Amino acid sequence: MSNHDKQHITPYSMYVIVWLGLLALTTITVTVAGISLGKITIFIALAIAAIKSALVINIFMHIKFEEAIFKVFLLVSGMTLLVIFVLTFVDFTYR
Amino acid sequence: MSSIENTLETNSHRHRDDVGAKMGMWLFLFTEVLLFGGMFLVYAVYRFQYPEQFHLAGMELNTTIGTINTIILLTSSLTVAMAITALQKGNKFLSTVLLSLTIVFALVFMVNKYFEWSAKINHGIYPGSKELLEKQNGEILFFGLYYIMTGLHAFHIVIGIILLSVILAFIIRDKIVSNDLVKLENTGLYWHLVDLIWIFLFPLFYLIQ
Repeated sequence: MSNHDKQHITPYSMYVIVWLGLLALTTITVTVAGISLGKITIFIALAIAAIKSALVINIFMHIKFEEAIFKVFLLVSGMTLLVIFVLTFVDFTYR
Repeated sequence: MSSIENTLETNSHRHRDDVGAKMGMWLFLFTEVLLFGGMFLVYAVYRFQYPEQFHLAGMELNTTIGTINTIILLTSSLTVAMAITALQKGNKFLSTVLLSLTIVFALVFMVNKYFEWSAKINHGIYPGSKELLEKQNGEILFFGLYYIMTGLHAFHIVIGIILLSVILAFIIRDKIVSNDLVKLENTGLYWHLVDLIWIFLFPLFYLIQ
Protein backbone atom coordinates (compact mmCIF):
# COMPACT_ATOMS: atom_id res chain seq x y z
CA MET A 1 0.00 0.00 0.00
CA SER A 2 3.04 2.27 0.25
CA ASN A 3 2.49 4.16 -2.96
CA HIS A 4 -1.12 4.96 -2.04
CA ASP A 5 -0.24 6.62 1.24
CA LYS A 6 2.18 9.21 0.00
CA GLN A 7 -0.22 10.87 -2.41
CA HIS A 8 0.43 14.55 -2.94
CA ILE A 9 -2.59 16.79 -2.40
CA THR A 10 -2.43 19.97 -4.42
CA PRO A 11 -4.10 22.81 -2.50
CA TYR A 12 -7.13 24.51 -4.10
CA SER A 13 -5.33 27.86 -3.91
CA MET A 14 -2.54 26.65 -6.21
CA TYR A 15 -5.07 25.53 -8.84
CA VAL A 16 -6.91 28.85 -8.62
CA ILE A 17 -3.67 30.82 -9.00
CA VAL A 18 -2.71 28.77 -12.08
CA TRP A 19 -6.20 29.28 -13.50
CA LEU A 20 -5.92 33.06 -13.01
CA GLY A 21 -2.52 32.95 -14.69
CA LEU A 22 -4.00 31.04 -17.65
CA LEU A 23 -6.81 33.59 -17.98
CA ALA A 24 -4.31 36.45 -17.85
CA LEU A 25 -2.20 34.81 -20.58
CA THR A 26 -5.35 34.32 -22.68
CA THR A 27 -6.14 38.03 -22.33
CA ILE A 28 -2.59 38.91 -23.37
CA THR A 29 -2.62 36.62 -26.40
CA VAL A 30 -6.00 37.99 -27.61
CA THR A 31 -4.84 41.58 -27.10
CA VAL A 32 -1.50 41.05 -28.83
CA ALA A 33 -3.29 39.43 -31.80
CA GLY A 34 -5.21 42.71 -32.24
CA ILE A 35 -2.02 44.72 -32.65
CA SER A 36 -0.28 44.16 -35.95
CA LEU A 37 3.32 43.27 -35.24
CA GLY A 38 3.89 41.50 -38.53
CA LYS A 39 5.68 38.18 -38.47
CA ILE A 40 6.49 38.25 -34.75
CA THR A 41 2.79 37.87 -33.86
CA ILE A 42 2.74 34.12 -34.50
CA PHE A 43 5.86 33.60 -32.38
CA ILE A 44 4.41 35.59 -29.49
CA ALA A 45 1.17 33.58 -29.77
CA LEU A 46 3.11 30.28 -29.75
CA ALA A 47 5.35 31.39 -26.87
CA ILE A 48 2.26 32.24 -24.79
CA ALA A 49 0.66 28.90 -25.74
CA ALA A 50 3.87 27.16 -24.62
CA ILE A 51 3.81 28.93 -21.25
CA LYS A 52 0.14 28.00 -20.81
CA SER A 53 0.93 24.35 -21.65
CA ALA A 54 3.77 24.32 -19.12
CA LEU A 55 1.36 25.53 -16.44
CA VAL A 56 -1.29 22.96 -17.37
CA ILE A 57 1.20 20.07 -17.59
CA ASN A 58 3.09 20.92 -14.40
CA ILE A 59 0.26 21.81 -12.07
CA PHE A 60 -3.08 20.62 -13.47
CA MET A 61 -1.58 17.41 -14.85
CA HIS A 62 0.53 17.07 -11.74
CA ILE A 63 3.81 16.35 -13.54
CA LYS A 64 5.76 18.58 -11.17
CA PHE A 65 4.89 16.21 -8.31
CA GLU A 66 5.25 12.87 -10.17
CA GLU A 67 8.18 10.48 -10.22
CA ALA A 68 11.10 11.23 -12.55
CA ILE A 69 10.06 8.55 -15.07
CA PHE A 70 7.00 10.64 -16.04
CA LYS A 71 9.23 13.60 -16.82
CA VAL A 72 11.42 11.37 -18.96
CA PHE A 73 8.31 10.17 -20.83
CA LEU A 74 7.27 13.73 -21.47
CA LEU A 75 10.72 14.77 -22.64
CA VAL A 76 10.98 11.84 -25.05
CA SER A 77 7.58 12.47 -26.61
CA GLY A 78 8.19 16.22 -26.82
CA MET A 79 11.54 15.65 -28.50
CA THR A 80 9.99 13.15 -30.92
CA LEU A 81 7.44 15.76 -31.98
CA LEU A 82 10.15 18.42 -32.29
CA VAL A 83 12.33 16.16 -34.46
CA ILE A 84 9.36 15.41 -36.74
CA PHE A 85 8.65 19.14 -37.12
CA VAL A 86 12.29 20.10 -37.73
CA LEU A 87 12.91 17.30 -40.25
CA THR A 88 9.71 18.10 -42.14
CA PHE A 89 10.60 21.79 -42.36
CA VAL A 90 14.15 21.03 -43.47
CA ASP A 91 12.73 18.78 -46.19
CA PHE A 92 10.13 21.41 -47.13
CA THR A 93 12.63 24.28 -47.28
CA TYR A 94 15.37 22.55 -49.28
CA ARG A 95 13.18 20.54 -51.61
CA MET B 1 -20.25 -14.34 1.19
CA SER B 2 -22.01 -11.22 2.41
CA SER B 3 -21.55 -7.94 0.61
CA ILE B 4 -19.49 -6.44 3.47
CA GLU B 5 -17.02 -9.29 3.37
CA ASN B 6 -16.94 -8.95 -0.37
CA THR B 7 -16.01 -5.26 -0.08
CA LEU B 8 -13.29 -5.98 2.47
CA GLU B 9 -11.98 -8.74 0.27
CA THR B 10 -11.68 -6.52 -2.79
CA ASN B 11 -10.21 -3.62 -0.84
CA SER B 12 -7.46 -5.49 0.93
CA HIS B 13 -6.43 -8.12 -1.58
CA ARG B 14 -7.08 -6.54 -4.94
CA HIS B 15 -3.85 -5.78 -6.71
CA ARG B 16 -3.44 -2.10 -7.34
CA ASP B 17 -0.74 -0.25 -9.22
CA ASP B 18 -1.61 3.42 -9.40
CA VAL B 19 1.74 4.46 -10.84
CA GLY B 20 1.37 1.85 -13.57
CA ALA B 21 -2.17 3.02 -14.32
CA LYS B 22 -1.02 6.61 -14.66
CA MET B 23 1.92 5.57 -16.81
CA GLY B 24 -0.48 3.78 -19.15
CA MET B 25 -2.62 6.91 -19.34
CA TRP B 26 0.39 9.07 -20.17
CA LEU B 27 1.43 6.66 -22.92
CA PHE B 28 -2.06 6.94 -24.38
CA LEU B 29 -1.86 10.73 -24.13
CA PHE B 30 1.39 10.68 -26.10
CA THR B 31 -0.32 8.82 -28.94
CA GLU B 32 -2.95 11.57 -28.84
CA VAL B 33 -0.23 14.21 -28.99
CA LEU B 34 1.22 12.50 -32.07
CA LEU B 35 -2.25 12.26 -33.66
CA PHE B 36 -2.84 15.99 -33.28
CA GLY B 37 0.87 16.72 -33.81
CA GLY B 38 0.63 15.31 -37.34
CA MET B 39 -2.25 17.66 -38.06
CA PHE B 40 -0.42 20.65 -36.58
CA LEU B 41 2.47 19.72 -38.86
CA VAL B 42 0.23 19.81 -41.94
CA TYR B 43 -1.14 23.13 -40.71
CA ALA B 44 2.37 24.56 -40.19
CA VAL B 45 3.59 23.57 -43.65
CA TYR B 46 0.54 24.96 -45.46
CA ARG B 47 0.50 28.14 -43.40
CA PHE B 48 4.14 28.61 -44.34
CA GLN B 49 3.24 28.05 -47.98
CA TYR B 50 0.11 30.25 -48.10
CA PRO B 51 0.54 32.90 -45.36
CA GLU B 52 -1.73 35.54 -46.97
CA GLN B 53 -4.53 33.11 -47.77
CA PHE B 54 -4.44 31.62 -44.26
CA HIS B 55 -4.62 35.17 -42.95
CA LEU B 56 -7.61 35.94 -45.18
CA ALA B 57 -9.47 32.76 -44.20
CA GLY B 58 -8.61 33.16 -40.51
CA MET B 59 -10.25 36.59 -40.46
CA GLU B 60 -13.59 34.87 -41.13
CA LEU B 61 -13.52 32.92 -37.88
CA ASN B 62 -15.33 34.29 -34.84
CA THR B 63 -12.64 35.37 -32.35
CA THR B 64 -15.20 36.11 -29.64
CA ILE B 65 -16.68 32.62 -29.63
CA GLY B 66 -13.15 31.17 -29.72
CA THR B 67 -12.13 33.26 -26.71
CA ILE B 68 -15.26 32.30 -24.77
CA ASN B 69 -14.61 28.62 -25.46
CA THR B 70 -10.99 29.04 -24.34
CA ILE B 71 -12.13 30.50 -21.01
CA ILE B 72 -14.73 27.72 -20.63
CA LEU B 73 -12.15 24.97 -21.22
CA LEU B 74 -9.58 26.52 -18.88
CA THR B 75 -12.23 26.79 -16.18
CA SER B 76 -13.37 23.20 -16.73
CA SER B 77 -9.75 22.11 -16.27
CA LEU B 78 -9.72 24.00 -12.97
CA THR B 79 -12.91 22.31 -11.75
CA VAL B 80 -11.74 18.78 -12.63
CA ALA B 81 -8.39 19.42 -10.91
CA MET B 82 -10.17 20.73 -7.82
CA ALA B 83 -12.54 17.73 -7.86
CA ILE B 84 -9.47 15.52 -7.28
CA THR B 85 -8.28 17.64 -4.34
CA ALA B 86 -11.80 17.62 -2.89
CA LEU B 87 -12.04 13.84 -3.00
CA GLN B 88 -8.51 13.42 -1.63
CA LYS B 89 -9.60 15.56 1.32
CA GLY B 90 -12.64 13.30 1.73
CA ASN B 91 -15.17 15.87 0.56
CA LYS B 92 -17.24 13.67 -1.73
CA PHE B 93 -20.08 16.18 -2.14
CA LEU B 94 -17.81 19.02 -3.30
CA SER B 95 -16.05 16.60 -5.64
CA THR B 96 -19.32 15.59 -7.33
CA VAL B 97 -20.38 19.26 -7.61
CA LEU B 98 -17.06 20.19 -9.23
CA LEU B 99 -17.24 17.23 -11.62
CA SER B 100 -20.81 18.12 -12.57
CA LEU B 101 -19.65 21.68 -13.26
CA THR B 102 -16.93 20.30 -15.52
CA ILE B 103 -19.54 18.37 -17.48
CA VAL B 104 -21.74 21.49 -17.75
CA PHE B 105 -18.77 23.51 -19.07
CA ALA B 106 -18.06 20.78 -21.61
CA LEU B 107 -21.69 20.86 -22.78
CA VAL B 108 -21.62 24.66 -23.06
CA PHE B 109 -18.45 24.34 -25.14
CA MET B 110 -20.29 21.99 -27.51
CA VAL B 111 -23.31 24.33 -27.74
CA ASN B 112 -20.98 27.19 -28.71
CA LYS B 113 -19.31 24.93 -31.24
CA TYR B 114 -22.71 24.10 -32.69
CA PHE B 115 -23.57 27.78 -33.17
CA GLU B 116 -20.12 28.51 -34.54
CA TRP B 117 -20.22 25.69 -37.09
CA SER B 118 -23.84 26.28 -38.13
CA ALA B 119 -23.03 29.94 -38.81
CA LYS B 120 -20.14 28.84 -41.05
CA ILE B 121 -22.23 26.19 -42.79
CA ASN B 122 -25.06 28.71 -43.34
CA HIS B 123 -22.55 30.97 -45.05
CA GLY B 124 -21.83 28.06 -47.37
CA ILE B 125 -18.40 27.31 -45.90
CA TYR B 126 -18.02 23.60 -45.31
CA PRO B 127 -15.78 20.93 -46.88
CA GLY B 128 -16.66 20.46 -50.52
CA SER B 129 -19.18 23.32 -50.69
CA LYS B 130 -19.46 25.27 -53.94
CA GLU B 131 -18.59 28.53 -52.23
CA LEU B 132 -15.50 27.11 -50.57
CA LEU B 133 -14.22 25.46 -53.74
CA GLU B 134 -14.35 28.82 -55.54
CA LYS B 135 -11.82 30.21 -53.07
CA GLN B 136 -8.03 30.02 -53.38
CA ASN B 137 -6.11 26.85 -52.46
CA GLY B 138 -4.77 28.23 -49.17
CA GLU B 139 -8.24 29.17 -47.98
CA ILE B 140 -9.68 25.76 -48.90
CA LEU B 141 -6.84 24.13 -46.95
CA PHE B 142 -7.37 26.44 -43.99
CA PHE B 143 -11.04 25.58 -43.72
CA GLY B 144 -10.39 21.89 -44.31
CA LEU B 145 -7.89 21.90 -41.43
CA TYR B 146 -10.23 24.01 -39.34
CA TYR B 147 -13.04 21.49 -39.68
CA ILE B 148 -10.93 18.37 -39.18
CA MET B 149 -8.86 19.72 -36.28
CA THR B 150 -11.58 21.48 -34.29
CA GLY B 151 -13.90 18.61 -35.24
CA LEU B 152 -11.55 15.95 -33.88
CA HIS B 153 -11.05 18.12 -30.82
CA ALA B 154 -14.83 18.43 -30.34
CA PHE B 155 -15.07 14.62 -30.70
CA HIS B 156 -12.61 14.38 -27.81
CA ILE B 157 -14.84 16.71 -25.79
CA VAL B 158 -17.81 14.39 -26.41
CA ILE B 159 -15.77 11.38 -25.24
CA GLY B 160 -14.67 13.47 -22.25
CA ILE B 161 -18.31 14.19 -21.34
CA ILE B 162 -19.06 10.44 -21.39
CA LEU B 163 -15.94 9.61 -19.35
CA LEU B 164 -16.60 12.34 -16.78
CA SER B 165 -20.21 11.17 -16.41
CA VAL B 166 -19.11 7.57 -15.77
CA ILE B 167 -16.55 8.76 -13.21
CA LEU B 168 -19.19 10.94 -11.55
CA ALA B 169 -21.46 7.90 -11.20
CA PHE B 170 -18.53 5.90 -9.74
CA ILE B 171 -17.91 8.59 -7.12
CA ILE B 172 -21.59 8.80 -6.20
CA ARG B 173 -21.65 5.01 -5.72
CA ASP B 174 -18.37 5.05 -3.76
CA LYS B 175 -16.56 3.03 -6.42
CA ILE B 176 -13.98 5.79 -6.44
CA VAL B 177 -12.98 6.93 -2.96
CA SER B 178 -10.36 9.22 -1.43
CA ASN B 179 -7.65 6.54 -1.21
CA ASP B 180 -8.46 4.90 -4.55
CA LEU B 181 -9.01 7.57 -7.16
CA VAL B 182 -6.62 6.81 -9.98
CA LYS B 183 -9.57 6.52 -12.39
CA LEU B 184 -10.57 10.06 -11.55
CA GLU B 185 -6.98 11.24 -11.89
CA ASN B 186 -6.59 9.60 -15.29
CA THR B 187 -9.84 11.09 -16.52
CA GLY B 188 -8.55 14.43 -15.29
CA LEU B 189 -5.35 13.89 -17.29
CA TYR B 190 -7.40 13.19 -20.42
CA TRP B 191 -9.46 16.31 -19.86
CA HIS B 192 -6.37 18.48 -19.37
CA LEU B 193 -4.94 17.12 -22.63
CA VAL B 194 -8.10 18.18 -24.46
CA ASP B 195 -7.60 21.62 -22.90
CA LEU B 196 -3.93 21.59 -23.89
CA ILE B 197 -4.74 20.91 -27.55
CA TRP B 198 -7.24 23.76 -27.54
CA ILE B 199 -4.53 26.08 -26.13
CA PHE B 200 -2.74 25.63 -29.46
CA LEU B 201 -5.79 25.44 -31.73
CA PHE B 202 -7.10 28.75 -30.43
CA PRO B 203 -4.25 31.09 -31.44
CA LEU B 204 -3.53 29.19 -34.67
CA PHE B 205 -7.08 29.37 -36.02
CA TYR B 206 -8.93 32.18 -34.25
CA LEU B 207 -6.21 34.75 -33.68
CA ILE B 208 -4.83 35.23 -37.18
CA GLN B 209 -5.09 38.98 -37.73
